[in-house]
Amino acid sequence: MTNKITIEPVTRVEGHGKVTIHQDENLNIAQTRLHIVEFRGFERFVQGRPFWEAPVLVQRLCGICPVSHHLAAAKALDVIVGAGTGHGLTPTGEKMRRLMHYGQMFQSHSLHFFHLAAPDLLFGYDADPAIRNVIGLATTPEFAGLAVQAVMMRKFGQEIIRATAGKKVHGTGAIPGGINKHLSIAERDEFLKGTDPLNIDKMIEWAQASVELFKGYHKANAEFIDNFSVFKSNHLSLVREDGALDLYHGVLKAVDSEGNVIMNNVDCQDYNKVIAEGVKTWSYMKFPYIIELGPEKGWYRVGPLARLNTCEFIPSPLAQKEFEIYKAYTNGKPNNMCMHMHWARLIELLHSAEMMKELLNDPDLLKGDLVAKGEKVKRGVGIIEAPRGTLFHHYEINDNDQITMANLIVSTTNNNEPMNQGVNFVAKKMMTGVKEITEGMKNAVEVVIRAYDPCLSCATHALGKMPLEMKLVNDKDEVVSEFKS
Amino acid sequence: MSKKIVATTSLAGCFGCHMSFLDIDERILQLVELVEFNKSPIDDIKTFTKQCDIGIIEGGCCNSENVHVLKEFRKNCKILVSVGECAIMGGLPAMRNGISIQECFNEAYLDGPTTKGANPEGIIPNDDELPMILDRVYPCHEIVKIDYFLPGCAPRADLIWNALVALVTGDELKLPYEVVKFD
Repeated sequence: MTNKITIEPVTRVEGHGKVTIHQDENLNIAQTRLHIVEFRGFERFVQGRPFWEAPVLVQRLCGICPVSHHLAAAKALDVIVGAGTGHGLTPTGEKMRRLMHYGQMFQSHSLHFFHLAAPDLLFGYDADPAIRNVIGLATTPEFAGLAVQAVMMRKFGQEIIRATAGKKVHGTGAIPGGINKHLSIAERDEFLKGTDPLNIDKMIEWAQASVELFKGYHKANAEFIDNFSVFKSNHLSLVREDGALDLYHGVLKAVDSEGNVIMNNVDCQDYNKVIAEGVKTWSYMKFPYIIELGPEKGWYRVGPLARLNTCEFIPSPLAQKEFEIYKAYTNGKPNNMCMHMHWARLIELLHSAEMMKELLNDPDLLKGDLVAKGEKVKRGVGIIEAPRGTLFHHYEINDNDQITMANLIVSTTNNNEPMNQGVNFVAKKMMTGVKEITEGMKNAVEVVIRAYDPCLSCATHALGKMPLEMKLVNDKDEVVSEFKS
Repeated sequence: MSKKIVATTSLAGCFGCHMSFLDIDERILQLVELVEFNKSPIDDIKTFTKQCDIGIIEGGCCNSENVHVLKEFRKNCKILVSVGECAIMGGLPAMRNGISIQECFNEAYLDGPTTKGANPEGIIPNDDELPMILDRVYPCHEIVKIDYFLPGCAPRADLIWNALVALVTGDELKLPYEVVKFD
């Protein structure tokens, strides 16, 4: 006899993902699965479209971080139009795109932390869900200031995106070989010296305060943060050629759980020589792995945790200082603790704010050539570090400039196996031998998935927490225990 | 005046419309004075707990679950609003409508450069836990009656805000030229 527990977050019921947990007759955990129930078919239906449409078409995959798709597609097309990759663009082209990307990173990371993580941390994971959201923060005098920060930090990032991409959601700024506009002096001055709190100095100050907020929480709750979900894995990301954290461009690098280098200096154009994707019957999301290690051992994590495990330093002073404290906590070894993802994310938030300030002071944004040109080729790969991790776009075209092939590995797909491992870890720890689902168990599964900030649950996080429904079902399809939010 | 009750959902959309909704920024604090949220990804309510005044729909219908949720919304909301291109006409996902679903599966799971060779058994996802994919992507008004349409991809925050305030207060909707975008 086996029992099956199904967890369906509300948004998942509406077409995103759900979790099933199977128990054997002794109520041990036999199997856990995170099912992704969405399928769109982008790879096929963009075939035949003119290649220059890709940056505006494919970003419609995701409205949470459209800038990442917009830029990854544009980077692939840079190669196709012969403008090269990364530094092949004009200074203005590259810097405007970087500003757009750091704006995106800033808004996405602050959305995740303040709207999602902070309410949990400040009110407690078992607090009344009705107040455990950003509105709850706003209406609690003690935290009201944080709610304003949450809204304003996201707004600042979104305004940066609007100024560089033309629009806050699904912009048009990046084009093959460059960018379609400069930053105006008025826009720049607004970001540099805008009325409090909407200026870059305030954003840096708030980003620093966010890192401190997390460190304070960690100090008081080290047992939970360090042990909640820990498992060894490989880690993969882009890094700059000199080993620095670079969210926009670099080479592929992967390390194992102990910090041994699996691969480094892999040219983005060769990604499919090192990465392949497995397919399973029970999820529309594929399972990427490093070819050299095979599907069983080659899966890896991406995102803030992975990036701070692969890079050697952060090229901005305040974030570098925090990076050193963060690395010292694990004696310089890779960090495999899921909840430390929040810490890593906030260090990146600070880095993004610092990079925005540096760029805003750069005169190249205001003038200079927008687009680089060269000899056209038929194939291009663009890889970028999206807020949630490494994002791969690969296009091929024909003589008529039509797309003949598109391959996309989105950030959350890279984390498919890690999320499944996380659910398995928590289920074994908390649901072995149980016949009834409690709020605590439901939260535990939710928290571990959410640490990856998966796009599949995305806007769910905006104001509240991911609601879950769980069912404990026996082999006769009878509901033994039911839990609804 | 008692607060109007609002429910929202994202069907076959990208959540961009919900993100644009969040771009009302500080007005979000005003919003909770005006309305009470029921079933929505932005709160914790999973099933309709009461009859709602306004249902906001993002995305069209690409699988059986989308259709089910949309019908639930029609049943439980007095007014339904299609927000964004996907809800109104299927949007970008509807680009698959001229192509067989099998071809889409083949491209995603068999023939792509990172799956070719990595999927020797030729697996295509198919499981009881996965909803049925529809033959094509349907706009919401082909499934149920829709009362209002807010165009844009995504409609900008001001348009969503103006429309919602008009529906809640009963005042006439203001639609200045610059807030209506059809891209």
